[in-house]
Amino acid sequence: MPVFYGTEIASRMMLGTAQYPSPAILANAFRRSGAGVATVSVRREAGGERAGQDFWALIKQLKVAVLPNTAGCHSVREAVTTAHMARELFDTPWIKLEVIGHTDSLQPDPFGLVEAARILCEDGFQVFPYCTEDLILCERLLNAGCKVLMPWGAPIGTGLGLNNIYGLRSLRANYPDVPLVIDAGLGLPSQAAQAMEMGFDAVLLNTAVAKAGDPVVMAEAFARAVEAGAMARKADPMEPRDMAAPSTPILGKPLL
Amino acid sequence: MKIKVNGKTVETQGGTLAALLDELGFSGKKIATAVNEEFVPATKRETHQLADGDRVEIVAPRQGG
Repeated sequence: MPVFYGTEIASRMMLGTAQYPSPAILANAFRRSGAGVATVSVRREAGGERAGQDFWALIKQLKVAVLPNTAGCHSVREAVTTAHMARELFDTPWIKLEVIGHTDSLQPDPFGLVEAARILCEDGFQVFPYCTEDLILCERLLNAGCKVLMPWGAPIGTGLGLNNIYGLRSLRANYPDVPLVIDAGLGLPSQAAQAMEMGFDAVLLNTAVAKAGDPVVMAEAFARAVEAGAMARKADPMEPRDMAAPSTPILGKPLL
Repeated sequence: MKIKVNGKTVETQGGTLAALLDELGFSGKKIATAVNEEFVPATKRETHQLADGDRVEIVAPRQGG
């Protein structure tokens, strides 16, 4: 099972908490999936409002590790301040660091991401950077102090799956000992299984579950796919080949 | 004096960030704060004096992906 900054998580599935039809469905999706990590955010709250307090009570009941994010931050300063607020609010050094560079694709700003990661790592944060599969960016993030990388499969909320198989495979091969989490872009359980078969340590998803017609069933479907993919990886799959090779023995075939 | 709280202008007597939070009904709630884009930890709210034109952000846990 994946180990993030010394903490072993009981599941390879990490689940977001946004966009569910109701709090009860959110809670059931977590229970059915067995997800070990929940991503959360910090947002403005008014004095008389209870939304944040009620949400927190719900999350505490799930008994999962909490990974706050800096979603929506476009600058280093914004991301760093948000991370500080999240650390105090959730009482965890973990932070899913998002520094967004492009509005339509929500593609990370690699330059801002590395700078923010360095500032936060030096300040004792345990940073989970939402990044692309770019090898040099990932190297810079590791040099900045990150001990986990979270490359996207595809842009957030698209459900397109693993868009750059070659790049992701290269990343896995280059950093065999760094925990790698496919974060964002997954739409189907088969894509999660594929990520596991490729040797990724975990997947983080939200929209694919929350926006499914039946989020609870979809959460379990993803959990099973993740488990199947991880088992397949461990079982050492056969090498693909171009020419056919008969599986039934030729020897003993009757001459007819 | 006038300050901005979560983007809205608020008229207040002044004083500390802790006093403002109390005045606005945040006592005992799970929140975090920033003033003028800088994080202000809970331990500093009692001593953090607000000034006219300050921009205060008050956040709570929320759903996220």
